[in-house]
Order: sequence, then structure tokens, then C-alpha cells
Amino acid sequence: MRKKDREVLTGDHFLSGDEACAEGALAAGCRFFAGYPITPATEVAERMARRLPEVGGIYIQMEDEIASMAAILGASWGGVKAMTATSGPGFSLMMENIGLGMMTETPCVVINIMRGGPSTGLPTLVGQADVMQARWGSHGDYGVIALTPASAQEMFDLTVRAFNLSESYRVPVILLSDEVIGHMYEKVTIPGRDVIPRVDRKRPRCSPDEYYPFLADDDLVPAMACAGEGYRIHVTGLTHDERGYPVITAQAQEALVRRLCDKIRVHADEIVDVREVGTQDAEILVVAYGCAARSALEAVTAARREGIKAGLLRLLTVWPFPERRVRELAATVKAFVVPEINYGQVACEVERCACGKETLLAALMGGTLHTPEMILDAIHEVL
Amino acid sequence: MRVKLLDLKPFSPEEGTEKIHRYHGLHPDDRYLKPGRIPHIWCQGCGLGIVLTAFIKAVDRTALPIDSCAVVSGIGCTGRVAGYLNMDTYHTTHGRAIPFATGLKLSKPSMQVVVFSGDGDLFAIGGNHLIHAARRNVDLTVICVNNFNYGMTGGQSGPTTPMASRTATTPYGNCEYPFNLPHLAYASGAVFVARWTAFHARYLIESIARCFVKKGFKFIEVISPCPTGFGRPNRVGTGLDEMKLYRDKSVIRNRINPVEATLDFGDGIVVGEFVDEEKPTFLEQYEKGVLSRFSEAEKET
Repeated sequence: MRKKDREVLTGDHFLSGDEACAEGALAAGCRFFAGYPITPATEVAERMARRLPEVGGIYIQMEDEIASMAAILGASWGGVKAMTATSGPGFSLMMENIGLGMMTETPCVVINIMRGGPSTGLPTLVGQADVMQARWGSHGDYGVIALTPASAQEMFDLTVRAFNLSESYRVPVILLSDEVIGHMYEKVTIPGRDVIPRVDRKRPRCSPDEYYPFLADDDLVPAMACAGEGYRIHVTGLTHDERGYPVITAQAQEALVRRLCDKIRVHADEIVDVREVGTQDAEILVVAYGCAARSALEAVTAARREGIKAGLLRLLTVWPFPERRVRELAATVKAFVVPEINYGQVACEVERCACGKETLLAALMGGTLHTPEMILDAIHEVL
Repeated sequence: MRVKLLDLKPFSPEEGTEKIHRYHGLHPDDRYLKPGRIPHIWCQGCGLGIVLTAFIKAVDRTALPIDSCAVVSGIGCTGRVAGYLNMDTYHTTHGRAIPFATGLKLSKPSMQVVVFSGDGDLFAIGGNHLIHAARRNVDLTVICVNNFNYGMTGGQSGPTTPMASRTATTPYGNCEYPFNLPHLAYASGAVFVARWTAFHARYLIESIARCFVKKGFKFIEVISPCPTGFGRPNRVGTGLDEMKLYRDKSVIRNRINPVEATLDFGDGIVVGEFVDEEKPTFLEQYEKGVLSRFSEAEKET
């Protein structure tokens, strides 16, 4: 097989979510993976270890997740699309350098296959309790993009999208999946390489003398010069000015941090992605993501059979949170039901945007996913 | 919610450019320094300026193309070195310069990647990364400036603080054993290991220059005065007094086993180029053992 054909395995496959994620990364142009084994994300690393050499890429197993995250930032500054994959305990360790990636506006993708926590928790069983960690886990203020796939196919599709968003907005993008989706085998259709969208980071078009590495264009995203291209830039985790030089003042902090937040805020409508079922006349709206959304679809279908006007708002992006759409729907629904495998994370966001409408959290602490009956019971409760 | 924000002054390239170029270029070495970054932040008597100059001289002497050189630093006084150099420079998180540099080097193998950081950054918080990069033999030059304390935060004890020394967090004297850095680097797999002091500037230039033409994980420890953080509580005196101490107490012993490279302000500081070996790098092994399988398959089809 030619190298070009090995990059994108066009056709129908029977893959686990983790494997589909790795294929999505390769199809998006990822050529560097640094990681550390952890259940239930190990299969992403294993697939990358097998597949990256086939396309001339680098796979390196680092000494821990701190190093893995640092290495993909370094690789991204070397001009290569880079990724790591982990689960809760490793995600906690990555927070430090996710912050560096945010501050230095480094495109890369971080896969978190969520398991039950806190701490070592349930290594082999599902959880969804890292949603707020994905949003606020590293110290300081910054804008975040986190995508939540609900099938093996979406593991492929959203990994491609994660790379494209990271390149567009120069930001580490988090793919927030869970153990059920990561380990589940399903049919995955990989499209032809020509129809897979691929975005590359904006490059400077001026000479090094005229180039300001952190001077953003109107879209609030600066053009990125990589190592060895002659721009001789300084990249620092300290608060810096448009030149990249450290400036330890309130004024510099105001300009930089506000832009880091705003570049995601102002593009929220382009980033946000939801799927809706029966929302046009819904009185009870279920808001769900990841594996819980699969049970939620079944519950909504069952409720409709009973004559209940139920609908499903399925989030493909939890961050930025689709607040505009939730507020719009709040005007017409009677109540929200949020099934998630934690003690209330997305439910708090829904309640914030529910305009006073009742919000019922159908919570599980992890280890199993919701049965459709549990969600149906919650729908009955708010009727 | 509604948000009230401060008014921001827009960035003016013209204003800034004039300011930063005002004094730039007066010194021949300025071409190696980023415009407008001097004066540096280091204290009077600090050895970091000497080490930075030695690095510049080594780049100059070997005619290393500046655009193929990247410097990665961690956090601390030495971590600030990166920001002064007029090349691609990366000031990363505390202890993480080596894994960042690993990613950079592997994605851009044509570049000469140098890690410049302090003893606390590289051997305390970053110790694990250092031993593993040495084990893999990643093609990096690591320059560790050892001042026996955490200078940036005000002189606390660290993994190199000598037994019984006083620091801000060992007010009654340090009761921990320090690392022997060359020994640790060598035991972990480094192919080039040297130790100099800030007094041995010319030897240091030679060693850095040697690293630029050598492949693999190269490690240089540079013992450096810190009159503010270490010198004062230990009554070593000024930076100059500490340099005199280095002159009087140093013994050059090249090609010895680094386990014998003792460091004692009373008995003597063993300096020199201890190790210079050949070993295929991580990338060479990866290309030979892994990537080549697929380039051969390519040829067949």
C-alpha cells in the first residue's frame, strides 16, 4: 500500500471508539503522538504506535502525562500536528501544560477517555465527571473547546474536528469521551481523503522584521511561526505582549487574557455543535452527551410512544456550552432533564440557562451508564 | 450577565519598535540577543551572564546557523536565559523544558535544540524527565546552571544544596544529601558529561561548542555564584569572592568516572569533561528499527 493510502483508511471498518479516534487523528494530519499508558485510553496509544510509523510519524511513550503534554506542545511548535490521549488521573497531570498551551496558543489535541473518579477510582468503568475539569482544570482564565462524541463514528469525526478547531483558533482542544464510547466497537465509515476537511494553522505572511508573534488579526487569532522558520520568536508562559516578550503588568494581563477568553467566546456560534430530536414541540427536554445521550435517545423515543412531548438536545460540544440554544429552548419547554455520570456538572450549566424552568439532574456516580428507564423515570418526574 | 471591562490601549508596533531598538546593536554580541531585552533581571555577581556569554561565544565559534538553533528553558533565574537570545526560544513550565524540547527536536530533527535551566528545575521538579531523556539518548544539549539554591523565589534549599548549608528554608543548616549531577546524568545514559564553574569560561565555551557537533544527550553542569540567595546566608561573600573560591578549590580531572567528580567547597571542586561516548540517538534507533520497515515497503511497491 502506498504511504498516501495508509494515511486515510477510506472505507467501512469495525472499530472501537479509541481506535476510531486514532484513525481520525491520522486522517486530520496528526504526525506526532506522545503518551503514557492508562486505562481506558491505552488503545488510542496502541493504535498510534502501530499506525504512525506507517505514515512516517513519531510515536513516543513518555515517562508520564506531564511529559506527554509538554512533548506535544514542543512538537506543535516544530510545525507538526500533535496529540496525546489519557484518562482522569493523567488528565489531572496534564493540567499544568494544558495551561502552557493555552497561554502560548499552541494547537494540539488532548483526548480524555473519562473513567470513574476521583483519584484512581474505577479504571475500567465509565464516568463523566471531568467536564468541569476540562473547563477550569488549569489555573487562570482561558477559553476552552471540548467535544463530546457519542459513537465510534463520532470518535473519528470529532477527532478530525478537534484538530481543525485547534489549528483554527490556536488552542489545545479537548476530546472528552468516556469509557463506554472508547471501548465500544461499531461500524465506522472513513471517508475519502479528499472530502475530509483539514485546516492548517495560519502562517505569518510578512518578513521576520514586521512579524509580531502574538499580534492577533480581527479574528483574535495570531499567525503562528514555527521553530526554524527564521522568525526568532520568544514563546513564554509568562504574561507577554504582542512581541512575545514577558511584560508583568496589569495592562498586559488585561489585553492577553481577555483575548485568550474572547477568541473562543466570540466564535462560540461557529464552534458549538448540537443534535436535536423532537425539540420543535418538546415540553420536556433531555440534555445529554457522550454515552448518556445514547440512553437518552431511547428514553425520549419511549416517552413519545407514551404521548409525552419529550425532546433530546445532544451536545457534541460541551465547551463552549451551547447557552444560546438552551435559552431559546427554555422559552418553550416546561422542564429540563440532564442525565450525566457525575453529581451535576453540565446540569449546572443547563440550570444557569434554563430561565427559571425546572432542571432535574439524573445523576450516576460512575461505573455504569444510565438505562433508558432511569431517564424515562426522570421525565415522568418533571411532567 | 453583563460585563464591564477596562478600556484597553491598542498595541502600537511603531512606538514599541523605536523603544526596543534604541540601544540595540551597540555591542557586537547584540546580534545574538533579542532587541530590547537587555538589561537582564539577574543580580549583581550572578554567574548567569557568564554562562549566557559562553553559549553565545560557542555559537559564534562554531558558526552555528542561528535559525537552526532553538533554546528551551524551564522556570527560575536560568529559565530566563531563553528570553534574551535572538533565536527561537521557548520558556516553558517548571521542570518541563526537557520533554518540551524532546517534542520539538523529534518534530524538527534538523534543529540544534538546547535546554538551558537551573538545578532545581532540572533535578528536583524535572528530575524524572532528565533521567528519561538521557536514557532514550534524545539529541539534546542540556546546560544546567547550578547555584545550589532556588534563586528566583528568594534562596530556598534544593536538590544540590550542600549538607549543612544555610538557605531561606534551611535556617539551621541543610540536613539532606545533595545530588552529584554529572554522576546522575551519566548513570542515566548521557553520552557527554562535563562540569565547569563560571570561573572556567573558556573551558565552558569549548565544551558547549563540542556539544553542537556531537549527537545524543549531552549534559554540562555549570557551577555559578549566587551571592544573593546562597552566598549571603553561607558567608561566601560577593560574587567575586565566590569566583575566587572556584579558582582556588577547583581541580580539573578530565575523563574520570563521574562518580569521582566530588564537589566540596572545602576539599575541592572536581571539574572537567568526564564522559564523551558514542551511542545512537533515540531518533536514529527509531528510524532504523521502526520507520525503515515502512520506507522499505514503499520501495517494493
